[in-house]
Amino acid sequence: MLFKHKKVAQELAQQLSSSVGTIEGRSLWQDAKRRFLRNKAAVASLFIIGLIVLFSIFGSQFAQYSYEEIDWFALSDPVELGRPSIETGHYFGTDKLGRDLYARTVQGSQISLMVGILSSVVAIVIGTLYGAISGFIGGRVDMVMMRIVEILSALPFMFMVIMLMVMFGRQIILIFIAIGAVSWLDMARIVRGQTLSIKNKEYIEAAHACGVSQWRIVVRHIVPNVMGIVLVYASLMIPGMIMFESFISFLGLGVQEPQTSWGALISEGVVTMEFALWQLAFPLSFLVVTLFCFNFVGDGLRDALDPKEH
Amino acid sequence: MNKVTHTKEKILTVRDLRVQFDIREEGAWPWQKPQALKAVDGIDLDIYEGETLGVVGESGCGKSTLARALIGMLPARTGSVVWMGKDLTKMGKKELRSKRQELQMIFQDPLASLNPRMNIGDIIAEPLTTFHPKLSSLEVKTQVQAMMKRVGLLPNLINRYPHEFSGGQCQRIGIARALILKPKLVICDEPVSALDVSIQAQVINLLKELQQEMGLALVFIAHDLSVVRHISDRVLVMYLGKAVELADAKALYTNPKHPYTKALMSAVPIPDPKIERNKKIQLLHGDLPSPINPPSGCVFRTRCPEVQAQCADKCPTLEPVNGDHHEVSCLLV
Amino acid sequence: MSLLRVDGLNVSFDTPDGQVTAVKNLSFAIKPKETLGIVGESGSGKSQTAFALMGLLARNGRSSGSAKFNGLELIGMPEAELNKVRAEQVAMIFQDPMTSLNPYLKISQQLNEVLMHHKGLDKKSATAHSIRMLDAVKMPEAAKRMNMYPHEFSGGMRQRVMIAMALLCDPKLLIADEPTTALDVTVQAQIMTLLDELKQDFDTAIILITHDLGVVAGVCDNVMVMYAGQTMEYGTTEEIFYQPSHPYTGGLLESVPRLDTDSPVLATIPGNPPNLMQLPVGCPFQDRCGQALAECFTSMPDLVSFSNTRQRACHATIASVGAQ
Repeated sequence: MLFKHKKVAQELAQQLSSSVGTIEGRSLWQDAKRRFLRNKAAVASLFIIGLIVLFSIFGSQFAQYSYEEIDWFALSDPVELGRPSIETGHYFGTDKLGRDLYARTVQGSQISLMVGILSSVVAIVIGTLYGAISGFIGGRVDMVMMRIVEILSALPFMFMVIMLMVMFGRQIILIFIAIGAVSWLDMARIVRGQTLSIKNKEYIEAAHACGVSQWRIVVRHIVPNVMGIVLVYASLMIPGMIMFESFISFLGLGVQEPQTSWGALISEGVVTMEFALWQLAFPLSFLVVTLFCFNFVGDGLRDALDPKEH
Repeated sequence: MNKVTHTKEKILTVRDLRVQFDIREEGAWPWQKPQALKAVDGIDLDIYEGETLGVVGESGCGKSTLARALIGMLPARTGSVVWMGKDLTKMGKKELRSKRQELQMIFQDPLASLNPRMNIGDIIAEPLTTFHPKLSSLEVKTQVQAMMKRVGLLPNLINRYPHEFSGGQCQRIGIARALILKPKLVICDEPVSALDVSIQAQVINLLKELQQEMGLALVFIAHDLSVVRHISDRVLVMYLGKAVELADAKALYTNPKHPYTKALMSAVPIPDPKIERNKKIQLLHGDLPSPINPPSGCVFRTRCPEVQAQCADKCPTLEPVNGDHHEVSCLLV
Repeated sequence: MSLLRVDGLNVSFDTPDGQVTAVKNLSFAIKPKETLGIVGESGSGKSQTAFALMGLLARNGRSSGSAKFNGLELIGMPEAELNKVRAEQVAMIFQDPMTSLNPYLKISQQLNEVLMHHKGLDKKSATAHSIRMLDAVKMPEAAKRMNMYPHEFSGGMRQRVMIAMALLCDPKLLIADEPTTALDVTVQAQIMTLLDELKQDFDTAIILITHDLGVVAGVCDNVMVMYAGQTMEYGTTEEIFYQPSHPYTGGLLESVPRLDTDSPVLATIPGNPPNLMQLPVGCPFQDRCGQALAECFTSMPDLVSFSNTRQRACHATIASVGAQ
């Protein structure tokens, strides 16, 4: 009697377990997330970056002036009246043309972050696909594709961007295109290298044996396993982009007035450094803090995604 | 133990299969001809429906290369591999891919053969969704869970990831993936070598059960002769890309004829102290010759304890001995 | 008088997911010139035991307990003193000959380094001694091969170099951690025959760590069976193989396929290898054991001697195991 019930109970338990409770798995991404969250410096940096992004989006709500409006009153005595103060509403002070530095910093953050992040996205997408395809197909195609990359890398990048700016005028779109067009090269090389090492792994062979098409193997098997290194490299690429844009703007070739970016602000601030330090200090500290934070995040990502841990 | 009845249908016919790799020497100029590594050097084979063919040999004998060439995963230099009447070596890519439903493979390293970023439900379903893309996700899930139960995995683990399983369980996942399309021939490339002894037995028994149930033909590649004995109907012994002996399992193990097979058998350790200590091992001297420059005539002659002058001149082929069902490739037999 | 006496050895690792105990309360002894086989599967702790004795544990590993080699306490010995014991008294050969030799140095340099460091020999005498050693391990053309790099040797040859290196200073104890697992079976036969001869010539005791029962049957005097970091059973080779007194040993022997017999279905040990992070209370073999009793789930059985030569850690009676 008991035995019969026990058997029925076992079958019921099996049925229940198979239909109701599918146990959730713990993917490698979740493992990596856990490891990342344990890294306090990286988490703090991510938080700070988040704050700066919020600043760039919502900061203008708190500005009492627009970024191009000239405060003639402050201009009369830029050193004394242009100081940062809460009362005048110029939280960061004014720049040498009497424009509110706070509003301009907000605007500059928008441009700098946008350039940095968008060009990185362009570089990631193009570079990853190019590198994965090149590495996966291999042979002659790979050779040709990589030679193209090498030739393009050999071109003097700085000169080309500057020439583009000079020839076509200083439009924001051009800056995106110029930076993105060159930065995908490194990403392609890295992804190709990673693809080559993954290509020989047994699960790729298994996918071939299962009859999966080439394209699906690249998209389903290679790219997800390459994403780790792509993310790490991307997070380290963003500060590079921002730095590059700042450099062009510093040279006077970046965004066009009245729009501005951190680099342009720094360029102006350097000139008035001796008597109006705030004009340099604010944009510079934003740039430096952002670069630092991205680097910490990149380090944290690399530790979290380190394949040795698996 | 299953007897081989050659009245069964022949499903795979291999004739003079040769697989060659071109090795470019270090520091060679781009126009210099690459050297040829003869991984598989002229194999003739027939595989019958529902049988298990064991392929044994040591490292460098070409058994893994043979396995992959048999199902078209490696290109053959010359020779033919006729599957159900059509030659795989002459097929286009698309047609070859469609044959994957009937020809499957199980790999050696259980964890490495599973994509770490996919959960096992997706892994097992992949062949199904590739060839039957119109199936609903519920239908796919049902089939996957049915397969999981059959290989001894709890169906509710369908969302777990490979690294959360043990080696033996990972191999079961690999088996489920290979069998979900109900293939007719499955190549098992050292499927239990990386597993613990107590788990090996489980997986071997599972393979045998599934083979009986589904009428599969298996090509079981291993370097462990004891394991091969327990699962195979016939056994092929390879050395340096060549077939050395081919016989029914019992005949091969009780009465090996080729000097290499004899040496191999005597070297296998037996878990029995009295037998093992009194055993006379036939030690082979020397090293395995390079497959780029194999010895002339019989490739085994450089290490053969019974070598004679004629062995350097003529290359032996598999000839039947003791009537049918036992073929040896040796000039002295 | 034992050469090595291990008492209550514990090895654990600090991992981000918690502490993992690889070896728990291990005790055994080995006499001079004896060959002891330590048998176990993955997770049994056999390799970690060897590493603990040689002071080679990973950075996050801790060992405690006692391991007295000729009266010297090895556990916790400072690195400088331990270096004198290594190679001169206790030598080790590792599993993978591919990675145990430095690929950038010729083998002459690697062999001479041992002699020059431990015996203070000059280069000329060291080279002469090394060549003699390579001859002893039956390496053909030893003098010529001294100037070759590891990658120019085959797997079996590399393992011979490792053995030669281990025996250079005439150690009393040789620990071999799965020395033939990565080798082909014919090469394995050569190496095991070599070890058998060398142990006679050099009078060394050998601890042979392996999962291959066949290899153990051939060369070992005594056998210790480990599971989940603990000893399950200990005895002479004949006793262990012909009269196993532990369900795990019995299960292992039955599930190993043998070259000389033909059974239609292999006996198996059900279940999976132990998860060292979540070992159950009581005997670690409980969920796979056919003879499990109620007390197996609550208390770990002690290692008890039941004859002059044998020990077992099991609550079930010997008779019930024999009835398998």
